[in-house]
Order: sequence, then C-alpha cells, then structure tokens
Amino acid sequence: MKLPVTMTINGQKSSHDVEPRLLLVHYIREVVGLTGTHVGCDTSQCGACTITLNGQAVKSCTMFAVQAEGAKITTIEGMAKNGELHPIQQGFWEKHGLQCGFCTPGMIMTVVQILERYPKPTEEQIRHQLEGNLCRCTGYHNIVKAIQWAAEHMPAKKK
Amino acid sequence: MATVTQERLFGKSVKRREDPRFITGRGTYVDDLRLPGMTYAAFVRSPHAHARIKKIDVSAALKRPGVVAVFTGKDMVGVNSLPCGWDLRKAKNVPGVMQDLAIVPHMPLASDAARHVGDPVAVVIADSQAAAVDAAEKVRVDWEPLPSVTATDKATQGGAPAIHADAPSNVAFKWEIGDRVATDAAFKGAAVTVKKRIVNQRLVANAMEPRACVARYDEATGELTLWVTSQNPHVHRLLMCAFVLGIPEHKVRVIAPDVGGGFGSKIFLYNEEVVCSWLSRRLKRPVRWTSSRSEAYLTDAHGRDHVTHAELALSRDGKILGLRVKTTANLGAYLSTFAPAVPTFLYGTLLNGVYTIGAIHCEVTGVFTNTTAVDAYRGAGRPEACYVLERMVDAGARAVGMDVVELRKKNFIPKFSGAHQTLVAVVYDSGDYGAAFDKLLHMLDYRKFRAEQEAARKQGRLLGIGFSTYIEACSIAPSKLVGALGAGAGLYESGKVRVHPTGMVTVYTGSHSHGQGHETTFAQLVAGELQIPMEQVEVVHGDTGLIPFGMGTYGSRSASVGGTALLMSVNKVKEKAKKIAAHLLEAAATDIEYQNGQFQVRGAPGKAVPFGTVALTAYIPHNYPEGLEPGLEETSFYDPSNFCFPFGAHACIVEVEADTGKVKILRYLAVDDVGNVINPMIVDGMVHGGIAQGVGQALWEGAVYDDASGQLVTGTMMDYALPKADSLPFYETDRTVTPTPVNPLGIKGAGETGTIAATPAVVNAVVDALAALGVDHIEAMPLTPERVWKTIQASKAKR
Amino acid sequence: MYPASFEYHAPKNVKEALGLLGKHKDDAKLLAGGHSLIPMMKLRLAQPKHVVDLRRVPGLAGVKADGKALVIGAMTTHWEIESSSTVKSKLPVLAEVAGVIGDPAVRNKGTVGGSIAHADPAADWPAAMIALGAEMVCEGAKGKRKVGVDQWFLGLMATALKDKEILVQIRVPLLPPGSGAAYMKFPHPASRFAVVGVCAAVTLDKQGVCTKASVGLTGAGTRAVRAKGVEAGLVGKKLDAATIEAAAQKAAEGVDVQADLQGSVDYKAHLCRVFAKRAITEAVKRAG
Repeated sequence: MKLPVTMTINGQKSSHDVEPRLLLVHYIREVVGLTGTHVGCDTSQCGACTITLNGQAVKSCTMFAVQAEGAKITTIEGMAKNGELHPIQQGFWEKHGLQCGFCTPGMIMTVVQILERYPKPTEEQIRHQLEGNLCRCTGYHNIVKAIQWAAEHMPAKKK
Repeated sequence: MATVTQERLFGKSVKRREDPRFITGRGTYVDDLRLPGMTYAAFVRSPHAHARIKKIDVSAALKRPGVVAVFTGKDMVGVNSLPCGWDLRKAKNVPGVMQDLAIVPHMPLASDAARHVGDPVAVVIADSQAAAVDAAEKVRVDWEPLPSVTATDKATQGGAPAIHADAPSNVAFKWEIGDRVATDAAFKGAAVTVKKRIVNQRLVANAMEPRACVARYDEATGELTLWVTSQNPHVHRLLMCAFVLGIPEHKVRVIAPDVGGGFGSKIFLYNEEVVCSWLSRRLKRPVRWTSSRSEAYLTDAHGRDHVTHAELALSRDGKILGLRVKTTANLGAYLSTFAPAVPTFLYGTLLNGVYTIGAIHCEVTGVFTNTTAVDAYRGAGRPEACYVLERMVDAGARAVGMDVVELRKKNFIPKFSGAHQTLVAVVYDSGDYGAAFDKLLHMLDYRKFRAEQEAARKQGRLLGIGFSTYIEACSIAPSKLVGALGAGAGLYESGKVRVHPTGMVTVYTGSHSHGQGHETTFAQLVAGELQIPMEQVEVVHGDTGLIPFGMGTYGSRSASVGGTALLMSVNKVKEKAKKIAAHLLEAAATDIEYQNGQFQVRGAPGKAVPFGTVALTAYIPHNYPEGLEPGLEETSFYDPSNFCFPFGAHACIVEVEADTGKVKILRYLAVDDVGNVINPMIVDGMVHGGIAQGVGQALWEGAVYDDASGQLVTGTMMDYALPKADSLPFYETDRTVTPTPVNPLGIKGAGETGTIAATPAVVNAVVDALAALGVDHIEAMPLTPERVWKTIQASKAKR
Repeated sequence: MYPASFEYHAPKNVKEALGLLGKHKDDAKLLAGGHSLIPMMKLRLAQPKHVVDLRRVPGLAGVKADGKALVIGAMTTHWEIESSSTVKSKLPVLAEVAGVIGDPAVRNKGTVGGSIAHADPAADWPAAMIALGAEMVCEGAKGKRKVGVDQWFLGLMATALKDKEILVQIRVPLLPPGSGAAYMKFPHPASRFAVVGVCAAVTLDKQGVCTKASVGLTGAGTRAVRAKGVEAGLVGKKLDAATIEAAAQKAAEGVDVQADLQGSVDYKAHLCRVFAKRAITEAVKRAG
C-alpha cells in the first residue's frame, strides 16, 4: 500500500505516493529525479548518499522516504545559489578534492555539517568527521585541504 | 573567432574543467540514466562456492507482480563464453610457457554448475528494481553442493575438487622467465642467501561507483546502445559483438559516460552487461542493471592473490647476485579478460627492479579456485613484483648486516638514457634511480630519523622506517610485442583533432577518464600545441559512436599513448594548415612557421594569418591550394615502440603500538619520476590516491574466503576495511623528471606509482619497527593489529 | 538495497505503538533511528511485515538531569548526547561514548534506546551503561517497569525487553564526587563498531582509595558484560599503575570471547585487558 509523503527538497515542495519500503535515496534519485545523490554501498558505510535533513547530515540510504514527511532536505543540487558555487564546492574545485566525482556530493554535504559544528576545524577533527565518507581516488589528502580552504572562505555567520 | 594565447599550458596545474558538474551533482553516471519503458534486471546468484545445478524453477518468480521475464542460461541459445584475451600457449609461440593455458568456458549465466559464490545462474526482469529483486528471491534452484577450494596454495593439492574438466589439478598454466641455470649457479656461489614466503593477499578494487549498465535495443534501426561503466568502451564492444553475442559491431554503440573510478575493475567484459544487452534485443525494451555493493564484492574482478617463495643471493659485501621466485597465482573460478597476463608478463618482467642483479629466474603457476575471478587491479602484477623484490632487498640487507639504504644504493642500476636491457626481457627507457632516492633521503633526513628511532626505542616505543625504490612498466603497450606475448588485442591509442570552421577544436580520444581528468589534461595539451586558449578545445571520450577505435585507459597509458596520438593529429593539422596559410600568404609551405597562434612567413614579420582564418579557409575553400582536400581534421593511431618505466622512491615512518599491534603512519614521503608532467596537480592527486590504496593493502584490506565453506567473509563495506580519512596522514610528495625517449611528449605514466610503491614501504617500515625485537619478516598482509601483535609475541617467545 | 515490502505505522503515542506490537506480534519491528534495522532490511536479512516507527511518539527524546540521575529518552540520538551541555557537565563520559559511535551521520540518526534494545554485541553504549549502572525503563500494556543494567543484556542481541514492551527511557545515575569515568575502544577498521570497548567508572576517597569501581566491557563476546573480576581488583585499593595492571588482567574472565576476522580468542582477550587498563587509568586520572 502506498502512502503519501511531502517534503521540501532544495526549497521545492515534493509530494508523492510511495511504497513504505522506498528508501529516501531512491525517492530522491528515482522519483524526484535528483541524481547527484549517489549510492555507493548497501550497508550505510560509504556516505555517497549523504544529504542534509533538517540541517543535519544523514545517510539517505538509511531512512525510508515516508520518514522524511515534512522534512527540509538539501541535496548537492541545492548547494550552489544563483549559479554561484558554495565555498565548500569551490574548495573542492580549488584544491582538487575530487577525481572520479562519485563520492563528492556526499562528501560536500558532510562538510556542510563539519563546518557548522567546527567552523575552524583542526586537521584531526576534519579527519574524524569524515569517518562516514569513503573516497577511493584521492587518498583524502586534497579533500582535507579542500575543507581547510572552505573553512577559511566561509562567510562570517550572522548573529 | 579563435583567439591566441601565449600561455604555456603544458606543466601547469590548471583547475579541472570536469569539476563543476561533479561538485554540483550534475555528473551523469550510468545509474543516473532514465529511459522510457525501462526495465530492471536482478540476477539470481549461487549461494554456494561450488555446486551442480540440477534444476531451476522460475514459475513462482514469473507470477510476481511487475515481472516481465525470467531467463536461465539454457535460454541463452547461441550465446558464447566470455572470452579471455590473453592466450598463453606454446602453439602461439608465447615465450616462457611451460604448460599451456587451460581455456575454460565462462558462460554469461552458468547452467551446468556454479563455481564461486555469486556466480549468476538466472536473471529476472521487471518494471522496477524492487520488483525484480522480489522475484529473484522466488527463483528456485535445485543445487547439489560440491566440495570447494578457495585457498591459493591448496588449489593444486591432491584431494582438491576439480573445478573445470579441462584443467587437471586446477592448474591454469605454468610459465617462466629469466635464466634458470644462471640463477642456480649464482645461488651456488653466493656467500649469503635468504628465503622468504611472501603472501600478496587478494584485494577488491572498490571503485566508489558500483558497476552498472543500461542496454537499449532499437528495433527500427537494429541498433543496440549499451551504457556501461567501462574503462574501454571499444574493447567492451569488440569482445561482446565478436566473441559472445555474435552481433554486428557497427550496429552497437557503447557509451561509458561519467564513470566513478575503475582501478582496473572496469576494464573487463562481465556477465551482466552481456546478459542485459542480450535481454534488450530479446525483449525490445531498455534494461538497466546496477550492482549493489554486496554483489560487487562477489563479482567485480579481484586483484593480486599470490603466494610466493622468493630467494635472494648476495655477496658478503651486499651485491645482489641472484633472485629466484616461485609464485602461485590464484585466478579464481574463471579466466577474466586479461587474467593470464597479470601474473606473467606484468609481473615476472618487473622483477629486475631498479637493481643490477646477477641472475633472475621466476616460475609462475596459475591456479583455478572457487573464488571470484582475479584480473588487473591498479598496478596489476607490478605491485606484486615490487613487493617481492623490495621485501627481499630489505631481508637481504639484514642478512648481510647492511643498512637498507646502503644496500639499495650499492645495487642501483647507474643513470642511463636510451636503453637498459634487463634480465627479464624488458628494456628500460631512461632512469636515474639514485637521484630520486637521494632526493627522498634529503626530504626525510634519514640520519636524524635513525637517531630518533634509537631514542624512542629506549623509551619502549617502536618506530620504524621502510623504503621502496620501485620501477613499473607503463604506457601500455607496443602491439607487436604484446601480440608475440599472447595478447588478443593491439595496445595503440587513437586521437582525433577536429578543427571547426570558427577555429574551435574538438578532440576525440580513445582513452577514457574515470577520474583521471582527461578533459583537462588533453585540452591543455592540444590547446598548448595549437597556441589557443583551453576554452576553445573540447575533449570527447567514452563513446564508440563518436570516437575512433581506441583501447581505453589502464596501465598508466592515457597521457603517454593517448596523448601522443593527439599530438600526432595536432601536428598533421598544423602541417595542412601551413599549406593553406602558404597559399594565402603566397609563400612556400616550407617557409611557414607557426608562432603565437599565427602562421607566418619566416623572416618576413607582418606576413601572417591567424589560426582562425586558416580554419575558416579550410571549410570555405574559395581561395585554396590546388589539390588539397577541404576541411581541417586529422586522426592518428599511436603505437608505442616500447613500454615506459616510471620509477621512484617512497618512504614510510610508522609507530607500532606494542600492546595492541596497531600501526600508525607518522609520515609518508614519495619522490616519483613519471617523466614529463602535463598537470602537476592532477599527477599529485593520483599519487596520493595510489598511496592510500597501497597503504590499504599493507594495513587493512583483504578479501577473505572461509576455506571450509567457500563463502566470502569480507563481502560488504562493513567487513572489508577500506582506507578512511582518519587513518592516513598528509603525504609529502616531490618529483624528479627523467623524460622518456619512447614518446615525443617524454611522458612515462603516473596512474599506478603510488599503489605499487606504498605497500612494501609500509610493510618494510613495520618490520623495521620490530627489528629490535628480532623480527625480520611478516609473511602475510594486511598487517592487522593482531598479526603484528602475534609477531611480537612470537619474537618474545623465541628470545 | 531494496527491502522487502512492509506496512508502515507511525503511532502518535506509546499506547498506540504497544497496540500495534500486540496486534502484529512477531511480524512487527520497532523502528527508532533505523541504523541497525534498516541496513539489515536492505540486505533482506530482516523482513518484518510491519514497521512501527517511534519518531512521532512525543516525549521519547531528550536528556534531563533528575536529581541524582540523567534521564535520557530512548529516542535521543547519539549526537544529541554527544553535544548536550547537560551531559557534558553532569556525566561527560556519555558524550565521549556517543562521539565514537559509527560516524557523524550515524550519530545524527541512531538512538541510544535503539542501540540498547538491539544489543549488538559490538555496540558502544552497553559498556557505558554497565559501568554507570543504568536502569532501563520499559513500558508495556500494564505500565512501566525498571530493569537494572545487570539484568538487561541476556545474550546475543537478546535483552530483558519483553515482546510487547517498548524501551522508553534510560536512567543513568550521576557519579558521586571523587569519581572519574572513561571509555576506551578498539574500533573495527571498517564498521567502527567496538572490537573491544571498555568503560570504567571509579570513585576514590580523599586518601585516593577506590571505594567503588564499575567496569563494562563490550565487543569481545556475544553480549556486553560487567568485568567483576576487574572491579574486585580495584575496590579498597590505591589505584597505582601496578594495581590497575593486575586488576585489568581479569578483564576477559567470564567473557565468551568470539573469534572473527578481527582477532582470535587469545588476541581479543588480550585486548580486553589492554583496554580495561587504559579505561581505568584514564578514569582514575579524571577522578583525581
């Protein structure tokens, strides 16, 4: 039996009837058609499917779409505003923080949270906070550099 | 209109032009494709390592909602075995063959027996992926489980079950290289010999994007389009059309769009893409299949898996006199596309390393087991060779009581350019091995480290340093040579340069980027040569419908082989353009030179036409040289005359926690020599990633089978430990530059260096850390905390 | 990655949730943060016909200080505990434990109650709950009951929670003055579960003599256990390095250590001792 679900994704309201077993990541990719969020594993390790849900980084493969009822979601497609890259995206570009690009959307969404929780992160904090995101190309070197670059270039928070 | 640039692009760290789409989520990977009428495939796989298939009942599956069809191997009439592209047989005059390769069938869907866990036996097609998975659970297979063998060194033992009728004792082939007699003699006279058993464990590539394919057959045109996660779309097309499905190659278009990493695992032709292509033709609907990660562990070709007995003979003063290597290489249950080449011609030929060695002999036995097929994984054979040699060099140094640095320096092949004949067939192109090592030692401050190590030891801390002075063979490969060695393919590359009427340029390469950044580096190369801005050059790859026949990307060949093909086309374009310019300038073509984006008459400043004008003239040939064809577009195929041999020196400093055995990397340093470099930022990035994979093998990774049940124990990302950000340091990297004379770009190749060098550097470091406890070897990797701790306990017990 | 079909329920209160459990019995599974259940469903290792999601039940999440205990709602996420100022000031070891569970995204969704009810043998929370002497508050049709942590973990993924009960709250007593607690873990290289994890809480009197010691151990066996032998070796003694070392030697006693890829029985038993020593040493440092 399908259930109705409504959520806001990148500022757009999205309503569908879905099977309860539909994972949020499949909802985002297959139903809504936002394919920037990726699936890299089936045991909730790789982090390629990371999005932010009500401001927190979550693995969208480890939630059912019906559980996101009423949620505010940001995916990688919602990061650039008016054609302008977010500083985190810019950091990945500047510092060559990606190669094949497959883990990148999940990485970037995780970094949103890192910089929110640790605006001036140490290298150790960055590495610990990346525990849930796997990359097979970069050896993480330039990802950490990209995050450091982004931390330096984030606009000051309004109080 | 085209503009000109004076900027030197070759050698510049230009930011990648593919990145904007990836960082905004706009990449297009295979699983992102949506086609009308799409169906979804789910495979029914063997839960047994080895079992006869008595009967398959699909009736319950067919009744499930949403199911379109269910097929077994018996339904695939007229479909042939997946081919093996490397033929090690005496009749083919392949050098070194001691026992012919047993060419065993590998059907896309097994119908007689399953030979490893995950072997596909049936496929369900449904309207949704979930419905296909639901129905696949309902396919009933009547199995007769058979005994199995998975361990490399047990495959040929008496009592091991026979896996293929055509491979007695599970031997796939026997092969040798080097001089057995000379090696025996070298050992007889040697003052010091060391012997070690060295296990190079099985790995899984784990590209972050799982394999996937979408096949769409168009009934009206008879054309099949296959989107597939491929490192070499033309190779996929050729193998599938000519060998397996018997369908016309010109009616098949293979597209490898954005591909999320390969590391070798996406070179090969796999069951699933063949089955989906067949299905789409049969059902006349598009079929999509995307591997789950669990399926990937069971079906992506694995890498390495060698058990080796190696011996090194030395003189009392540390000269290397002989190397004797006996390796058993596990090929898995079937012959994957290039499997026989990896533990032979990509392995034995590298055992000379960067050293002067008196004599070498290597013998390899390939074996079948009830495991996933093994083929090329980043480095492919070369990491295994480097690991054996670098471990043995360290062991040899300890045996003669020499410092590992001194022993290496004593035995390096002296600087040369042009050619150095090794004892294992290959001829090195250029090298200055001592220079790279000296640079590394300088970065490291070796003496200072040894002092620190000694001080730490007094406090009970175990610090260690490990080196790896490596060589590899890249720029794969001269076609005639590999043909003589048993290859079923040529290994040239294609490159086409199309100058449009406005002077804009589209470049078509047979190479394929799945992370390497071709869209940037090839644009740099071509724009630089044409002296136009990069923005005026577009790079197209990965589509057999657009690009000339090409061999794809692996073996660190894209820049050196693919780049040279492009350079040849650029030069042809320039030659033709000079003729057009000469006509416009009323001069002789031989008097035209190309500078600053202008064709000008030598010695007559001001008499010039810009590149754009020449391009336009080529397409609007009103005022045009007699007899010259219109248009400005050139295609070249470059077949290298030799491999290229990048080299370098890596060092790793570790601390071993004595009470747990846990290894922490404190520093990792690398000096690589990959010849000339188009984009240093990109090369550094590949070195970083390669190092992480090499460290991963040394410390964490390993595909483990339970030998009793034949089950893959490390079948998910929860079990198979990939390197994570918090377990790795920043890497300290530098380069020396020794251009290769093999190709005009002087590029050797950079994609695999880190993976080859890192594993022995780390293991040597751990052994060094434990040397004070009397440890001189650890047989197997990964160096898990338990393995290290047990080594410490055993050494304590001995003392 | 495609779970089997199920019916989804999002009850609005505990009573409604209990009603669903009563109605669907073995066919129903409670869904908290989902980080144990959903991965199993994705691999089809679990195929419940009814999933009862507790996220809409009010009052199940949050941390409060209640006199001598912290009262933690079962649906409180690991991150809420990791970042709670109440936890950090009253019982910081809980934030320490929370901060090393899984990864940040897992901590955002995974819940303490889910972990304790699931009772994965390698989960982190059980060691801490044992060391701190937590009480689980379970609610059934007949009301609430409390179960002490020593009666909670019964076996491999088996707890004292009854079929038609919901774990609603965890009460963790605050440590008396002069106490220190620490959690030390040897993480699995891939999953980051505890290969071995030890949580130690010690209370010292003014002379530095240990008046109370409580040590919980997770990861090595089929269930988390109290390391009674270790505790006995600490109480009544001044906790110098030699005493701690000697006490920690008993860490693996009574643990049904399981061999797996991460280690043999010998090695894991050894890790129990090493991490007991480390946790106690750190706890003593913090007590002083």
